[in-house]
Amino acid sequence: MNEVFKYILMIVILLFTLTSIAAWLIWLERRLLALWQDRYGPNRAGPFGLLIVAADTIKLFFKEDWIPPFAEKAIFVIAPAIVAAAVLLSFVVVPFAPGILVSDLNVGLLFFLAMSSLGVYSIVLGGWASNNKYSLLGALRGASQMISYEVFMGLSLMGVVMLSGSFRLTDIVMAQTDLWFVVTQPVGFVLFLTAGIAETHRLPFDIPEAESELVAGFHSEYSGMKFGMFFIGEYLGIILISAMVVTIFFGGWLGPVLPPLVWFVLKTFVFIVLFILLRASLPRPRYDQLMEYGWKFILPVALLNLLVTGAFALM
Amino acid sequence: MDIAFYVTAAVTILATLLVITRHNPVHALLYLNVSLLSHAMLFYLLGASFAALLEIIIYAGAIMVLFIFVIMLLNLGKETAEQERKWLKWQVWAGPSLLAAVLFVELVILVSSSDGTAYEPAEVTPREVALSLFQVYLIGVELAAMLLMAAVVGAAHIGRHKRLVLHRFLKEEPEENVHEEEPVL
Repeated sequence: MNEVFKYILMIVILLFTLTSIAAWLIWLERRLLALWQDRYGPNRAGPFGLLIVAADTIKLFFKEDWIPPFAEKAIFVIAPAIVAAAVLLSFVVVPFAPGILVSDLNVGLLFFLAMSSLGVYSIVLGGWASNNKYSLLGALRGASQMISYEVFMGLSLMGVVMLSGSFRLTDIVMAQTDLWFVVTQPVGFVLFLTAGIAETHRLPFDIPEAESELVAGFHSEYSGMKFGMFFIGEYLGIILISAMVVTIFFGGWLGPVLPPLVWFVLKTFVFIVLFILLRASLPRPRYDQLMEYGWKFILPVALLNLLVTGAFALM
Repeated sequence: MDIAFYVTAAVTILATLLVITRHNPVHALLYLNVSLLSHAMLFYLLGASFAALLEIIIYAGAIMVLFIFVIMLLNLGKETAEQERKWLKWQVWAGPSLLAAVLFVELVILVSSSDGTAYEPAEVTPREVALSLFQVYLIGVELAAMLLMAAVVGAAHIGRHKRLVLHRFLKEEPEENVHEEEPVL
């Protein structure tokens, strides 16, 4: 009974922390973007504008939650929940520190890939159920982008699996006690980060929503808290990919002096800021450029990386 | 653990039944998705966690998305649902039901003739799956690889098209003409 209670407590704490961090990221992103673009950003509500998060949340809750009469009601309502659920489920296997994790699955890495592959449904179904041409175009782009980059994401991680000999994430972290995998698998790291940005469809790869071409892409018809779910799902995705990069390539909780959890949070924070910096600095590629880049450049490089790693692992 | 298995099995059967009785293609595909997810759950409960997650990654996460992608492009609306409703008469059900009934009888006989011991879930590690794929079933893997290669070549051939260039400046000219004077049009 005590064991079960411990797990439930862990899950509740995790849910609460993650959703509040995701909400707080909205403030962080707007402030950092402002800093890099030489303006102030939100600075009125509360100290440093921190209360903008509360204001935003209240606004989203009280907005009219409108379902267009021409939409497929059931699917329209389910779609935004899928992305948040899939991303939150992925956090089940993330090892934050020794003992601070929900489940140490022996196929943890595959579980993460499986959940991130289910996230595509929210885009496809949301875009289709909206019954709107812009949404449908966004959904089509999202589906092809996410299916393609899922392949590269899996391939880029297989080198790490080969070196550590396990799909279990704690084993992967422990295999980096002497040397981080970013040193032995630099190509894998770059490819995983690229694929991760495409999977969370963040700028510069936010082609499914591309507001200058498609209004708001797959979520054009969404308002109120349903839009909020897509929004929170995106920020949760940023946290997830950053946490996975840290776990797989940057030694997870390992580090001197400071306690393990602090190291993990610090490293993850660096990558979250990197995500925002990428948004501030890179323009969006064209849709066909993104697909060509994926299949004609990333795929061969990922396969080559796998081949070389395999040769080294055999030696 | 037993309760979890029976609940999941019930969900699987129900979802699969709904797949074949829905008139709207997208709804049918979504139920097929639920069915695949609960299949994965069944695999997991039986100890094959690797197969379970591959089922989600490949079937639920990739192949079903492509199915929905195509259905989405076709933009099948109310008319298709009407047509399906007209097509799905009881005569259509007779043949498949008969064949399924034969299978069901077979299943009942097999189950009743077994010695009644329950299957003991045993953990199947990814290593074991890999070893059986590349030792015992190597010929199957190679045949599948050949089939996929043929499919890829076919897809590349169908997908290839010559780009139609209308503007004379963008037309590709042979190498030797590049340095010559502009041809008189």
